[in-house]
Formats: sequence, structure tokens, C-alpha cells
Amino acid sequence: MKYQPVIGLEVHVQLLTDTKIFCGCSTTFGAEPNSQTCPVCLGLPGALPVLNKKVVEFAIKAGLATNCSITPRSIFARKNYFYPDLPKGYQISQFEEPICQHGWLDIQLEGEEPKRIGITRIHMEEDAGKLVHGELSGPGDGSGVDLNRACTPLLEVVSEPDLRSSDEAVSYLKQLHQIVTWLGLCDGNMEEGSFRCDANVSVMPVGAEKYGTRAEIKNVNSFKFVKQAIEYEIQRQIDLIEDGGTVVQETRLYDPNSGKTRSMRSKEEAHDYRYFPDPDLVPLVIGPEWVERSRSELPELPEQRQQRFMADLGLPEYDAQVLTASRGVADYFEAGVAAHGNAKAVGNWIMGEITRGLNDNGLGIDACPVTPGQLAELLKLIDKGTISGKIAKTVFDEMWRSGKSPESIVAEQGLVQVSDTGAIEGIIDEIMAANAGQVEEYRGGKEKVFGFFVGQVMKASKGKANPAVVNDLLLNKLRG
Amino acid sequence: MNIFDMTIHQLHGALKERKLSSVEATTAMLDRIAAVEPQIGSFITVTAEGALAAASAADRRIAAGECDLLTGIPLAIKDIFLTEGIRTTCGSRILDSFIPPYSATSWEKLRDRGAVLLGKLNQDEFAMGSSNESSAFGITRNPWDTTRIPGGSSGGSAAAVAARQAVATLGTDTGGSIRQPASHCGCVGLKPTYGRVSRYGVIAYASSLDQVGPLTRDVADCAAMMGAVAGYDAKDSTSVDTPVPDYGATLNEGVRGMKIGLPKEYFIAGLDADVQKAMSEAIETYRRLGAEFVDVSLPHTEYAVATYYLIAAAEASSNLARYDGVRFGHRAAADGLLDMYTKSRSEGFGSEVKRRIMLGTYALSSGYYDAYYVKAQKVRTLIMNDFISAFADVDLMLTPVAPTPAFRIGEKADDPLLMYLSDIFTIPVNLAGTCALSIPAGFSADGLPIGMQLIGKPFGESTILRAGYAFEQATEWHRRKAEITAIT
Amino acid sequence: MKITVADVEHVARLARLELTPAEKELFAGQMASILGYVDTLKSVNTDGVVPTSHAVPMENAFRDDVVRPSIGVEKALANAPDRSGSFYAVPKVIE
Repeated sequence: MKYQPVIGLEVHVQLLTDTKIFCGCSTTFGAEPNSQTCPVCLGLPGALPVLNKKVVEFAIKAGLATNCSITPRSIFARKNYFYPDLPKGYQISQFEEPICQHGWLDIQLEGEEPKRIGITRIHMEEDAGKLVHGELSGPGDGSGVDLNRACTPLLEVVSEPDLRSSDEAVSYLKQLHQIVTWLGLCDGNMEEGSFRCDANVSVMPVGAEKYGTRAEIKNVNSFKFVKQAIEYEIQRQIDLIEDGGTVVQETRLYDPNSGKTRSMRSKEEAHDYRYFPDPDLVPLVIGPEWVERSRSELPELPEQRQQRFMADLGLPEYDAQVLTASRGVADYFEAGVAAHGNAKAVGNWIMGEITRGLNDNGLGIDACPVTPGQLAELLKLIDKGTISGKIAKTVFDEMWRSGKSPESIVAEQGLVQVSDTGAIEGIIDEIMAANAGQVEEYRGGKEKVFGFFVGQVMKASKGKANPAVVNDLLLNKLRG
Repeated sequence: MNIFDMTIHQLHGALKERKLSSVEATTAMLDRIAAVEPQIGSFITVTAEGALAAASAADRRIAAGECDLLTGIPLAIKDIFLTEGIRTTCGSRILDSFIPPYSATSWEKLRDRGAVLLGKLNQDEFAMGSSNESSAFGITRNPWDTTRIPGGSSGGSAAAVAARQAVATLGTDTGGSIRQPASHCGCVGLKPTYGRVSRYGVIAYASSLDQVGPLTRDVADCAAMMGAVAGYDAKDSTSVDTPVPDYGATLNEGVRGMKIGLPKEYFIAGLDADVQKAMSEAIETYRRLGAEFVDVSLPHTEYAVATYYLIAAAEASSNLARYDGVRFGHRAAADGLLDMYTKSRSEGFGSEVKRRIMLGTYALSSGYYDAYYVKAQKVRTLIMNDFISAFADVDLMLTPVAPTPAFRIGEKADDPLLMYLSDIFTIPVNLAGTCALSIPAGFSADGLPIGMQLIGKPFGESTILRAGYAFEQATEWHRRKAEITAIT
Repeated sequence: MKITVADVEHVARLARLELTPAEKELFAGQMASILGYVDTLKSVNTDGVVPTSHAVPMENAFRDDVVRPSIGVEKALANAPDRSGSFYAVPKVIE
């Protein structure tokens, strides 16, 4: 039998606010355990939550960027369960009436038609703290609780079960990742858990209408693992059914070392979260003015920008896609185009030398040592014929290293291109004289040797000879 | 006059005129506490040393010409208010040794005005109870008859005022927990409008119903205390940002022309005869003072107790989940994590608290949520609407506080439902979120105080205080003092 | 309203309470009696009635995203029944 996988994703997006969602403690990563805490996030008796307005603004932006409608009156609920990393014994989340509902994202796999993936809801909630095991100094083998992360703001983005393959899931996830980082809502760091994904996976016979029983795979922390975990889980379920077994609804944990998923024992107990409206918080009312103000503050989104790069700047689709991979890259590109004018040339340099440099040094575009203005100056030197494209790469390396302007590097190192025909003719003459045999071969019809002469001339000029001039003069002289 | 018999206003006059120092007043109160505490049991913690230090500081302020109405006044507060560096138990074993790292906003406001803290008052565990019998730190006895309960859950707050162990106190009221003990102990108690006083740093029982309020010797003191603790607090999302009126300034305006509603559902057969008589006399007094009475109806009154116990228990079951033995409070010796949770909680919580956690958990659990919790919230809407309709015709309403005077210790201890039903006249006010005042309005044949409840519109504290003051000026009930008898 | 000992045990498990056999019996009876009383609400017609969470209408209480000082590790851990370094220590959590 053939099986159809059905996948829905729940993505937790940690927001880039300065403070926690319900108290003024800092959200900085990596501080001493329990140093960024107060009565509210420790869940001390008598403490009360007060909502961080920026979290609401971020949630509205995320909703608008994913085509959601913004709920005019949303409320917070308590999700009740006991766990040592959950200080109050309940998590403040949204249940009925989440802030954003009924959105979508369009994904497109190579060679396929675009496909619309529904977003059921986006809601705001607080994160739990962290548990550490086996690192404690004291005797015994207990666990330690660090509540620095407790009460950190999260958005949970829940998709419809519209995804039908691991590739679709990854494509959707990458697009969501791009949007939340583009909007500056999240740093997107999957390893540190700023962007984490749970996948609900089930399979059903092809053509069936009723979905199979789903398993929830927890906390898969890279795009690669999402793909692997989903593929493993699909096959596991198919094998199970083929062997006459049944899939049970459960929470499973993905182990990147084995590439397998396994049942989580701690989550086996049936949950009854007893959601109810949190009486410590008041309803959140978002009128049309607020929504429109947020909409007007939204930057141009990656999809729109890509279209504009294609339509207005004449970039091919591939280039436009690469140059809108992040808002930083797109901004860099546009600044470069503004300073230089040739979008294709600027784009090529960003996709080539700049990307290589950044990757080699593990840097983001924000930390690029060469500014868009400097890149434009370099390209202008090529345009004017002051340096060749080849020399430009040498100059670029030096710009990267020293931060100096291209003009000063060219001047200091005497890299100005030689276009003077007299000087080049002199070199050509010397080379022809020294390689009489090859001259004969060329004149005898072996035109391949032409490249040899170009190489020799460039070498003799230390790369500074203008290649176009060299070509012209060589042709004339060789033909005699 | 004994120092410990003085009101805030009397003591303030003496302090201001330097007839008395705050240290002298505080010492007198501490002596009084020591003398009668064995019979009464109002306090969980007496903070003698801190009180004397605060009194000295207040005396310095007074010497420097800073004599606010509350400067140097010895007060005590229910042990539900967090006090930085001072043990706060909420009447529970689970918080036996909890020393909070911060203070409740309402207490900070009093402290900042120079009030002196004598100690932390006994209460029903987590404010769950109507008799102070559920405290883990022993019962509190009614100063008027030590075989009887003082009411609850702010039983210590009422008993301390009645026994003159504190000039005034703070309590909290979720379903009558200020008004009912005030009524049973013959003092004045105010349950403010929800949102009027910050709940920050007050240990939560039922968050949508809890309010902080004062218990005092008379209405003028009540107005003073209310003015001190009321007001917006950015740390409490449910705190309302409207200006606080000068409650004392309008006390003298009388009740002539005021329309007072008598909700027929509160004057039912089965009401204690002495209570009935006291209400009738109070109505006569108000008529003489020029008020006009109107019959009104609060038709959903009979559903209030059921509604309240579902909502309060549900919220409590969640509010009390934080007592898990991880970060503070009692932790039992246990074998593994789950065992630690269940043992710590089972050892730490008393029977009434467990019962309400169980009830609330049940009401929120899968399959019952709509039938119980949502249904109760809908009935709550109807109860609120009753009040809105009634207040369309009247300025305030007059009712008894409790169907009977204080009952005997142990009388209702084995029947939780019977105990819950004793709050029938106070609970609807919490559900409607409005304000109500309890003031002494008579005594039973066997000498027990009987309180009258004046229910105001939301944020109508000035009106009920003014009406209460007019009644107090026309009667002598508030001047009677409990003679504390030794336990036999 | 019938509440069985099994119902009581289920709710106690959710609430992380451990009850003695006598308590279970007692609570089953008392909860049945209270819930029986509460069932009077069923007779109230609430069709079309909006549930009330707060009696006083309130909305949009916010704070600005401005860092306020934390209380510090020592204060945070001062009431901890058990600690290990800067962590709250608990029995081993199995995931």
C-alpha cells in the first residue's frame, strides 16, 4: 500500500525583547543561573504578571507578515501542569482567542507549483526555565533548576496539517524563519533554542480522507534534523502499520545521534491542562487603528522585495532569492546598488566574494568589514579600467583585511592597470621574440596558442596590463 | 483612657500634640497583645523589636514636624500580606518558614506613611474559611465570647481590633472575609471595589475576587486607612487607574435624601431573630436621618454561593500550584520528583485547602469545565446584572452581613457546605466586584455583635462610608468594648 | 452527584495531592454533597449569557520593555529547601 504523510508544525519563536513577557527581568542569554529573576518569574506568592507591550507589537507584526487576522479581543489562559522548570505550576499562554488566527504562507518546491500552507494560529506565551542534569556539584544525582529563561516571551506558530512531505515542512519552516528574523522579532538561533520546532506527523493510505493517529516530535533544533526526524517518523509509522501494528498518540523525542525518534516516558501520563482564563491578566483589545499602525510599520517583506529586485533591477529569480535571504543581505545589496548602479555586478560580488568571505570567517552580513560604499568604489575602479577584474579580487582581499579604501590600496601597491599601448606592445614584442616557435605554430593555424601568449603578457605585466588592450594588440601582431 | 483603646484619629491627635510618643503607644499595644493573646490568638507573628524600631523612627519624623495621620500608629496586618524579611505564612504549614524578599504594595503604602507594624495576624489557611479554624497556627477566639469563632478568613484582623491589640488592621475579602469577621467582632470592615487596592504581594486565593481592605474601630478610621491603601499600582494588571477621593472629607454629609435599597432576597425566613431586629432598628435610624428606602430585588442571590465556590475553588486550585517544594516552602522527604510534589503538598496543606483544591481541579478538568466553570461564570454575569439593575434605583443597599451572630468553635467544622452557606450575604458583592462596608448595628440577646452591610456601587466607597458614618454618629454600638474573659 | 473514590484519586493525581484512604472516602462524600448543591446552577437559564472573568471591566494593562533590576541569586535562592550552587536542587527529573 502507498501511504500519504500528513504533517503539521508547531514552532516556538523566542522574541528579541529586552525584558521578559510578564516582568522586567533581562532576557540576556548565558547569565549565572537564577540571576535574572524576580518574584514574578520565580512564581513567588503574591507576585502578579504585567504584559510587556512590545511582545504584543511583535505578535501583531508576525501575524500580519503571515497573513493572519488580528483578534480584536484576545485573552491569556493558564495551562496547568506541574514541572520543576515551571515556577507557578501553570504556564501563561493563550488558548481560546489567540492574538493571530487564520493566516498562511505560500511555499514552492523546485519544479512544483506554489502551495499554500495554512497557519491556524499564533499565540503569545511564557517560556519555562531550564533543567540541568548531572552537572551539579553536590552529592547525589539530582537535577538543577535555572529560572533565567522562565517567563521569556515566545510566539507559538501553529500550522494546519497541510504539509505532505519533509521537504514541504522544511520549506515552510525556512520561510517562517526568514520572516521572523527579517522582522527582527527573533534571532533565529536554532541551536540556542530561539527558534524550535515540534512536528505532528501521521500517515494514511493514499486517497484516504481520515488522518491517521499522530505522534508529536519534540524540539528538533535544525532544518536538517527536522527533515531527518520527519522522514524517520513517517517510515516508522508505515513499518508499524505494515507489520499489523497501530500508531499510538504520543510525544516522541528526536535523537540526532541515532537519527531516530523515541517515546518520551515523562510525557506518558495523560494530560489534562485545565485551561482557564488567567484572572491576573485583563483582556487584550487591539482596535483597527493599532493593526493599521503596525501594518504601516512593517518593512517590505522578503517575498515583495524579491519581486521588486526582479521587476525593477532586472535580477534573475535565483539572484533575487539569494539576495533576499536575510534583511541584512538585501539592505547591503540595495545600498551597494544605490552607490554604484549596476545591480547585476553588485549582486555578483555579494553572492561571490562577500559571501565567501563571510562564510570563511563565520560572520554575518552586519559584521562585513567591507561596506557597500567601498564595494561600489571598487566596482567603479573596474568600470573606469583603472584595475582589472582579476586585480580587483586582490584589492578586495586587502580591503577585507585592512579596511582601507580601494583607491588607496591600488595607489599604495601600484596596481593601476596598464592600458598604454606602447608599453604593452613592448612586452608583446619581447615575448614573441622569445617564443618564435609558438608564433610559427599560431601562424600555421594552431590558434589555441593565443591563450599562451595572453598568459605570458599578463604574467610579464604582473597582471596589470589591460586584458582588452592585450587581446587587440596580440591579434594584430600575431597575424603579422 | 487606655492607650490601646484609642482610634487612629485619637492617637494621631495625641502624637501630634506630643502628649504621647509612638514608642509609648507601641509599647502599650505590645503589652496589651502580651496580656490578651493567650485568650484570643490573633497573631501568628509579633514583631516587637521591629515595631519599636519603627516607632522610634516615627517619633523622629514627628519631631521633625512630619506627622501624617498614620505616622507612628501601631497597626497589624493579616499574614497574607508579604512583608520583606518578616515571616509570612498565610496561615499554612507549607509557608511555615517563608521569609519573603519583597513586600505587598498595600503594606508598603502604610509603612511609607510611618505606620508601625506590630505583627502578622492569624487567618484561615490561604484565606479559605469563615471561622479562622483552618489556620495551621491555632484558632483565633472571638473577644466577645471566647467559645465562639471570630469569623474568617480575616479572623485575626477583626479579633485584634476588637481585643484592642492593634489600632487598626488590614485584611482581605474574597467572599466576605473582612465583613463577616468585622460583623462577628463588632468592628468596622470595608471590602473595596475590585481593582481599587493593589493585590501585588498579597498571597492569592481567588484572583478575580480577592480585595484588600481595612478593619477599624470606627468609620472615620476606616476612611483614613482606605485612603492610604487605595490607588493604582502598575504591578497589578487588575488595578484600576482612577483617582482616589478623600474619603474622610465627605463623611459628614449625611444621608438625607439618599435612596437605600432593601434586597428582598436578604430578608428571608430563617434569618436569626436578633439579626432581623438589628436590621429593623437600623432601617428606623436611617429613616430618622432622612434616608428613603426602596425595595429592590437581586433575583440570582440563591445561586451566589454555588457560583462562588466553583470560581474561587477553580482559581485557587491553580493559584496554589506554585507551592511545590521547589523554590520555597515546605519540602517533604521524598523518593523521587513526583513523590516530592505530592508529599510536600499533602503535608503542607490543611484539610480545607485540599478540599478546595480538589473541588477546583475537578471543576476545571476535562469534561466538566463547561458544565461547572463556564456555567458559574455565566451565572456570575447574571448576578452582576442584578446589581446593575438594582443600583439604577438606589444609592446603596442595606443588608445583614451574616445570617447569625458568631457561631461556636467546632459548630460547623465538620460540614463544609453549612460553613459555606454562612457567607450567603457577603459573597454576591465579591462576584459583582463592588464595595461593601460592615459596621456594628446591634447585639444579640447573649451579647454578641451584629453587623450591618452597606453595599455601594462600584467605586462608591465614599457613599457607603458617609452612610456608615451617619449611622455611627446616631448610634452607640461601636463604642461598646469586648470584655475579654479568661478561658475556663 | 456521585463521586467515587476513583474520581477522587484521579483529581488528587492532577492536583499532586496524596490522600489517605480515610481522606478519600471523606472527600468523596463532601465533594458529592458540594457538587450536588452546585448543581442548582443547572436550573439557571444562561442561554446567550457571556461569561464574566472580572466584574470590573478592564483591558490593556501593559508595561514598557524596560529592564528592571533582578533580585539577585542569593535572594532568589534564600527560601530554597535545597540548592546546588546557583541552582534550585530537585530530585532527578527523567525526560
